[in-house]
Amino acid sequence: MSDHLFEYLCRMGDNTLVLGHRVSEWCGHAPVLEEDIALANTALDLIGQTTLWLDLAGEVEGAGRNADKLAFHRDVWDFRNLLLVEQPNGDFGQTMMRQFLFDAWHLLQLKALMGSSNAQVAAIAEKSSKEVTYHLERATDTVIGLGDGTEESHNRMQAALDKLWPYVGEMFVSDDVDAAMFDAGIAPDPASLRPAYDALLDDVFAAATLVRPQDDFGHKGGKSGKRHSEHLGHMLAQMQWLQRAYPDATW
Amino acid sequence: MYAQMIKSTGEGVKSLDEMDPQERAFQERINAGGKIEPKDWMPDGYRKNLIRQIGQHAHSEIVGQLPEGNWITRAPTLERKAILLAKVQDEAGHGLYLYCAAETLGVTRDQLTRDLLSGKMKYSSIFNYPTLTWADMGAVGWLVDGAAIMNQVPLQRTSYGPYARAMVRICKEESFHQRQGYDIMMKMAKGTEAQKKMAQDALNRFWGPALMMFGPSDENSVHSAQSMAWKIKMNSNDELRQKFVDECVPQAEYLGLTVPDPELKWNEERGHYDFTQPDWDEFFDVLRGNGPCNTERLEARNKAWDDGAWVRDGLMAHAAKKRAAKLAAE
Repeated sequence: MSDHLFEYLCRMGDNTLVLGHRVSEWCGHAPVLEEDIALANTALDLIGQTTLWLDLAGEVEGAGRNADKLAFHRDVWDFRNLLLVEQPNGDFGQTMMRQFLFDAWHLLQLKALMGSSNAQVAAIAEKSSKEVTYHLERATDTVIGLGDGTEESHNRMQAALDKLWPYVGEMFVSDDVDAAMFDAGIAPDPASLRPAYDALLDDVFAAATLVRPQDDFGHKGGKSGKRHSEHLGHMLAQMQWLQRAYPDATW
Repeated sequence: MYAQMIKSTGEGVKSLDEMDPQERAFQERINAGGKIEPKDWMPDGYRKNLIRQIGQHAHSEIVGQLPEGNWITRAPTLERKAILLAKVQDEAGHGLYLYCAAETLGVTRDQLTRDLLSGKMKYSSIFNYPTLTWADMGAVGWLVDGAAIMNQVPLQRTSYGPYARAMVRICKEESFHQRQGYDIMMKMAKGTEAQKKMAQDALNRFWGPALMMFGPSDENSVHSAQSMAWKIKMNSNDELRQKFVDECVPQAEYLGLTVPDPELKWNEERGHYDFTQPDWDEFFDVLRGNGPCNTERLEARNKAWDDGAWVRDGLMAHAAKKRAAKLAAE
């Protein structure tokens, strides 16, 4: 049980860690000042949530690892984030489409976790859900604004959606970890979130004049850790470099 | 503040008797400690001078995101990453308040942005230096934000209301920035041999450029004399530089680091440290565009602006469609 819970908490924390890192790569390069501020703010929230999830994971594991140890001293195969969040930023449209596809799932997930039988999980979910409500609102507005903007912005958003769509399915696939969490009343059955997710996407894509791809094929291997994309290793090389190069230092 | 070599009218300060009644009333209000607000009459020179100064400060906040952004993705702990993100976010926010303050003087943010991107307007010379190790995040917070605070604290009393009010909020955040920088330096200076080496190296590289932030001596500058009469500038460059050195030297000693100035010594008679002037030839080179990172910094800002054009256009087009739909429904 505690192994499964540890895995599950790593999934939550690795999602926010990896996406927070990706979003932070934008610093100083956004299309307009307000977006620089909003992107930094989103990254900051996600890094804060990472600390909560991974500290709890370390506590559950009971091997003396804290959030920093887990973030900076695991290799690719130990990461449990969705493939979606490790995808590169691309242009601003791709970054915001990735954010929207993740936020829409993230908020549903957190709302379900607020009713978790595990009080610590419920508390982190409650705190995070306030931040993620804002993330989703902003991502929704941006996807609609750019989807229904100029011809160029529309085409770029449709291309972003087409490119990222194969990474959506993984969010709703269940495995042993999910089943154990569901049985213990800790977390929802992933598939149970899909109808609300689809309904939200339909509304937003209609307003954004975007077409949802027909093919529902979904890549897998991120949350199980079995097969990440090549992108994650490069990200970790950068993120973990100082900790790895100077392992005896404190910062 | 991050403004250097700001030009004023260049004509020298007029006496009250030389002014027409309107200008005299304006100057007397400033002399009495009053605030000038956007709708008030003001001399053309005062307006232009302020736009240059506030604009340069705003641009510095924006370009200043880049040297620190360089380390956000390599920050060594989650907490350090979060603090650095918060700091850079604050800086973008400072840029925003300052552009808003400048807009009250009748210039648009887009115009100021164009002038930055074309190289017509400057930003502080300090952001043309590279950040090479994690200790540089400490040195930037401690020395660069520290030097900025020296200038900004008195500017909370500046004569232009919107600028003074922006400065009050900015000062609060800058002092948090300086503390986080010093905190990084403490960890580094008390850390492993490699960390100590990084800390000393960062101090060696940033000391001179930090002293340059105050600008060359302005004892005989007609521009500074006018700015001071208008209370847009509150202290001379040399005065602030001395204050900065006096404050930093004991802090460096506490860290066990050596300030890279063999001539540095306490002068009992003056009650201040004597120190070597930074390399002013280097300063003028940086101002002419020949600093280590001038080209990259401007390229990065231009690329962000150009790559973002479709986003700005898209969002504007959408907003226009929404307005049209709303009108049609009414």
